[in-house]
Amino acid sequence: MELLSSLGDGFAVALTWQNLGLALLGCFLGTIMGALPGLGPSNGVAILIPLAFSLGLGATPALILLTSVYYGAMYGGRISSILLNIPGDEPAMMTCLDGYPMAQKGMAGEALAISGIASFVGSFLATWGLILLAPQLVKIALLFGPAEYFALFALAFMTLGGVSSTNQAKSAFAAALGLGLAMIGVDTQTGVPRFTFGEVHLYDGLDFLVAIVGLFALSEVFIFLEERHGAADAAGRKLTVGRLTPPAAMVKECTPTMLRSSFLGFLAGVLPGAGASLGSFISYSMEKRLVDRKGTFGKGDPRGVAAPEAGNNAAAGGALVPMLALGVPGSGTTAVLLAVLLSLNITPGPLLFANNPDVVWGLIAALFIANFMLLAMNIPMVGIFTRVLMVPPRILMPIVAMVSFVGIYGISGSTFDLLVMIGFGIMGWGLRKLDVPLVPIILGTLLGNAMENNLRRAITIDNGNWFTLIDSPLSIALWAFAILGFLLPIFVGRMVKMRMRQRGDAEGSVID
Amino acid sequence: MAFKAIRTALAVVGFGLVGTMATAQENPECIAPANPGGGWDFTCRQVGKSLQDLGMIGKTMQVVNLAGGGGGVAYAEVVNKRNDSNDLIVAASSATATRLAQGAYPGNSMDQVRWVASVGADYGMIAVAANSPVNTLPELLDMIKNDPTSVSVAGGSAVGGWDHLKVLIAANAYGIDDVRSVKYVAFDGGGEAVTQLLAGSVQAFTGDISEAKGFVDSGDIKVIAVLAPERLEGEFNKFPTAKEQGVDALGANWRGFYAPKGMSDDAYNIWVEKIGKLYASPEWKATMAANGLAPLDLQGAEFEAFVADSVAQIQSISKEIGIIK
Repeated sequence: MELLSSLGDGFAVALTWQNLGLALLGCFLGTIMGALPGLGPSNGVAILIPLAFSLGLGATPALILLTSVYYGAMYGGRISSILLNIPGDEPAMMTCLDGYPMAQKGMAGEALAISGIASFVGSFLATWGLILLAPQLVKIALLFGPAEYFALFALAFMTLGGVSSTNQAKSAFAAALGLGLAMIGVDTQTGVPRFTFGEVHLYDGLDFLVAIVGLFALSEVFIFLEERHGAADAAGRKLTVGRLTPPAAMVKECTPTMLRSSFLGFLAGVLPGAGASLGSFISYSMEKRLVDRKGTFGKGDPRGVAAPEAGNNAAAGGALVPMLALGVPGSGTTAVLLAVLLSLNITPGPLLFANNPDVVWGLIAALFIANFMLLAMNIPMVGIFTRVLMVPPRILMPIVAMVSFVGIYGISGSTFDLLVMIGFGIMGWGLRKLDVPLVPIILGTLLGNAMENNLRRAITIDNGNWFTLIDSPLSIALWAFAILGFLLPIFVGRMVKMRMRQRGDAEGSVID
Repeated sequence: MAFKAIRTALAVVGFGLVGTMATAQENPECIAPANPGGGWDFTCRQVGKSLQDLGMIGKTMQVVNLAGGGGGVAYAEVVNKRNDSNDLIVAASSATATRLAQGAYPGNSMDQVRWVASVGADYGMIAVAANSPVNTLPELLDMIKNDPTSVSVAGGSAVGGWDHLKVLIAANAYGIDDVRSVKYVAFDGGGEAVTQLLAGSVQAFTGDISEAKGFVDSGDIKVIAVLAPERLEGEFNKFPTAKEQGVDALGANWRGFYAPKGMSDDAYNIWVEKIGKLYASPEWKATMAANGLAPLDLQGAEFEAFVADSVAQIQSISKEIGIIK
């Protein structure tokens, strides 16, 4: 009861015209920023901090604006993933895998709508999780020492195989390439620069966004340039957009997926250092393991769109738990939000709920409001978004290239990043020719450093004893899952493929 | 004639440039050489916000987080790329001096930038979890002395960084000769390190008072020693110093700013004056009190000399304890 009255107070704080207006503005800007490749939630929030300060907003309105941007960007990232096969931000990467094939099959409308609904479900449930479980969840975060984090990252990599390619070896190669790229930069455990060749820009390691935009967006442009001479297929590419609302059967089919993914994503978000990308990734690969009996994941299965979207939006909510309750950010974006809190003279941490209840509950109420606004905003806008597909590629592709360059230059204002992006673009073009999946490369660069650091921390703490890695029930459980996830597809996958061949590929699409 | 006209025009352009320089800090920018949430980030954001609240800058201070290499990425960036920026200041602290002293910013030295002013000092502290059996600094150091492998100390700086050095200074003062046997685990910032202390992965935490304040208030961690010459003021008064426990170790983490070497004298003076004014304001005094910052009031040349001393001192400590040769 106390909880409901606190929440009621929160709504009283949040439901002023000013705050509603800020939430609406934040949702709108966030969606756009999320959809543009290069601008992700963390840049989006960082860009708007000066606006919040120069408007002279108080703590609660400023947080409402910025978290609306955060949630909005998490919604928006999927749009370019589905329509263009270019993730708008890191967590939306997994949405490409099934979203783009759906759009290719003429179901762009359905894909956008179902992913919008999945996003809503994910963040709605996560916000409830934040309210009900924040204090308890902090304890889960505290179960994770360096050894457990290492096991968790190992789990992510070992379940990678089946995700994005039929060829496990190519996936493994891509992941190894990503891990190798992650090694570039100054090693925090010793302070020694590695693979930097004296180039100071590399001291910080490679920026994931630069890698993503290069690998996905630019390589797409290169492929288009190459194929243009053959069949200038502006006419042939005329795609149908599909229905703008998902059929009830599709929603029903995806519901269990959304619920499971929300739960997994939320947990990944709660762990500081795991974050939304891991959330969407684990949701997708688990869902593929669980329900992909016909091998339709990766070919345009709506559940493959619903899973990562529910997962990454739930992770966005989950990441607020350690930020508010521990003062430790669970993702890049919450790190920026944390900095905002600090400069507003609010100390996040164990006492935040007691000392600043108006801020916390106002924020939580704002999350609910932003969430409903985003759903209301996103479903009708599906029709507008899908127009993008009507744009002929000869016009669309130059725009993609332009947005990529402007977006990346905007992050750091450095031409070096542009060169790196072009390098990644060429690499992406080559790898696509070789049919090497691109997603594991990004995962490798994204998680590689954290994985390595945690391994070395664990070993140092236990004086060089490698058995420390399997020293707690939690890490043993994580390792068991990892090994199962690695071995099962090798054996079961073969059987499933055999069965599939027997059944024939009669069913062309999943939804009939 | 034409020649003269061109010369005049050039002079006008030149004056125009000087003019823009005089009205420096149109777009004030502060580089925090670490990820959000740490001490440098705090320095930038708090100072930026206070300057704006006091009306000393027209626009919001843009804070850029340029993490990496213990501040080395930002340092090199400023020296190589931003050398003539008049709008820019960079958060610095003892950690910066430490790395400069140890030559950990390859090819960079402290005279490649201009040192602006300090905004206070944050004394180092050593803490353990609230439920730890250890209650005093000598108890912890005895444990390390008897079996260095039994205690892992977590900190937010890289190996050889200031958080690491603080423990070594204390250990050295207690008579632990082979300080390199002290086990130090580097995390990405104080926040992550404290979390691991709470999780029980490590036995002790070394950091600054301001980094751990939230957890001290909530009673989750126990501060066993403050590395200050005497007890701090206000609510931090209850923490014992290392000195009163018989360990003669001092670790003041000063906080301040440096600016690009090529900054015009005008712009430099404006920054020095602004930060000095900020330091003197009651608002800043309140911020310092709330965050456990102790007084350290140095501007311009005075501050420059202080940093030079501090670099020399750390160099000699690092040699003594074998970090550099």
